[in-house]
Amino acid sequence: MKFHRLVLACAAGLALISFAARAQLTVEITGAGANRLPVAIADFTGERMVSQALTSVIRADLERSGLFRLVDAGGALADSATPPFEDLKTRGADAVVGGSVATSADGRYETRVRLSDVPKQAVLGNPAYLHTGAQLRATAHRIADFIYEKLTGEPGVFSTRIAYVVKSTGRFELKIADADGSNDQAALASREPIISPAWSPDGGKLAYVSFEAKKPVVYVHDLASGRRHVAANFKGSNSAPAWSPDGKQLAVVLTKDGSSQLYIVNADGSGVTRIATSSGIDTEPRWSPDGQFIYFTSDRGGSPQIYRIASSGGNAERVTFEGSYNVTPRPSPDGKSLAFIARNGGRFQLALMDLATKQTQMLTDSAKDESPSFAPNGRMILYATEIGGRGVLAAVSSDGRVKQKLSVQAADVREPAWGPLVR
Amino acid sequence: MRAHLVSLSVLSALALLLTGCGSQPPAPEQDAAGVESRTPGAVRVDTSPVTRVQPEAFDPASIAALKDPRSPLSKRSVYFEYDSYVVKDEFQALLTAHGKFLSANPKMKMLIQGNADERGSREYNLALGQKRADAVRKALALLGAKEEQIEAVSLGEEKPACSESTEECWAKNRNGDMLYTGEF
Repeated sequence: MKFHRLVLACAAGLALISFAARAQLTVEITGAGANRLPVAIADFTGERMVSQALTSVIRADLERSGLFRLVDAGGALADSATPPFEDLKTRGADAVVGGSVATSADGRYETRVRLSDVPKQAVLGNPAYLHTGAQLRATAHRIADFIYEKLTGEPGVFSTRIAYVVKSTGRFELKIADADGSNDQAALASREPIISPAWSPDGGKLAYVSFEAKKPVVYVHDLASGRRHVAANFKGSNSAPAWSPDGKQLAVVLTKDGSSQLYIVNADGSGVTRIATSSGIDTEPRWSPDGQFIYFTSDRGGSPQIYRIASSGGNAERVTFEGSYNVTPRPSPDGKSLAFIARNGGRFQLALMDLATKQTQMLTDSAKDESPSFAPNGRMILYATEIGGRGVLAAVSSDGRVKQKLSVQAADVREPAWGPLVR
Repeated sequence: MRAHLVSLSVLSALALLLTGCGSQPPAPEQDAAGVESRTPGAVRVDTSPVTRVQPEAFDPASIAALKDPRSPLSKRSVYFEYDSYVVKDEFQALLTAHGKFLSANPKMKMLIQGNADERGSREYNLALGQKRADAVRKALALLGAKEEQIEAVSLGEEKPACSESTEECWAKNRNGDMLYTGEF
């Protein structure tokens, strides 16, 4: 019987393969920051010999961030040339980027970049990148990350990846794409739902919940090999995986001892221990970045609210008090704030709490927000929402100003998870 | 009664004919690649009247009773009120029938899938669906089903019976479904 079921599960539409799908995520900017930094990205000399222009990807990255205003550089500019500072000043640019692309001896490309401060007429940095033609977009994202970090003081997230689930008729796909929506690949395709993807801290694995066995089971999926293993499949439901900051453990929700409760398992599925006890529902665990606390949703006080418990155990401490429905806690990468979903007059909206002052700000005015996920630099929050009855992803800056919409034609997109910084 | 059954059988035969000839959408649990191509010639339709209908008593404890529309065992869903996990009185008779069946057939296993409507967090809704499945599981255990026969799980808001955002639809999605060995 067991074998029979295994065979069935294999035949039941599980394609553990990666293939490029045609339905790409498109990003639309729907709101920008108040004080955008004017920057000129000149065409790089020699970039015409590469099939796709590097600078167009760099410009699109910077523009999408909502923190920069692109200024026409007035022509191509090599990294070795002195920028026309007076002209750039008249054009209103505060910074300028020039560069050159040349073939190296081994057939690869060498791209050199120079970022300069226009008013000070000073060089801010001049990195070089050795890359193949296939690594062109990746190189452009790295250059955009360099510019972003030099000009804002925060790491850029253009080289990161995102995971999300696409639902089309009778089909669910767990997808991985670059942060700009390009290069999407399916890590898993199934006839049954897939929810709650969570990136391992090293970006190499995804934990998620799949219903392919007619019940929720937690899997850990290695992205490079496409292999996966069961991390939690106890009697009852297994769900809501969250990685410990060291990537060795998963907090999960199990119902093996009754109602939905919090447990910790090793990432390989061994050694299950219970970490909290309530008579009702405890779910949606998330570690604080320092590993000290686990935030979670519980109805122990009568309505779903957010609590936290020391990861070593102890008493739970209530975190949200306003309103009768506060769920899906997501601590920011610096641990100072908490994104969550609050029901606000019948509408489910993305909220952000300053954990020191407990002040809460509603970041959206939509009605069906779900599953917030911080960019690894903490600047943007990606979440799922609904527009015109269709599931889309949206992103909003933690100050609520910059807004983006990410959608796929003719399909529902949901369950976003922003991957970690690539080192 | 007899005529009614006959017309039913003709109808179902017609339905079979139509399904056999047309292209069928893939079953939800099947890979698109695995969908068998059906040759129209393979379907034989018998339109002759059904001669032997057995209106006699069926054995309520038999496995055949699970699919017999005359048996309460053919009904598998328990519906819940909004934000409620209490089995309503109207479902007690249904659960009694299933509890007795499980008790009489100790080798049969049951998977109870709890569901929730779409509003709010997916994971929280998964926990709410679990509460509904657990309510059904506890009722069946009190009626004689053994713990190792029944598993209560949740599908949360992921497999809605009805997919519109209306009160009527949400009510249909707040349920617990009972599946027997071979059905899951």
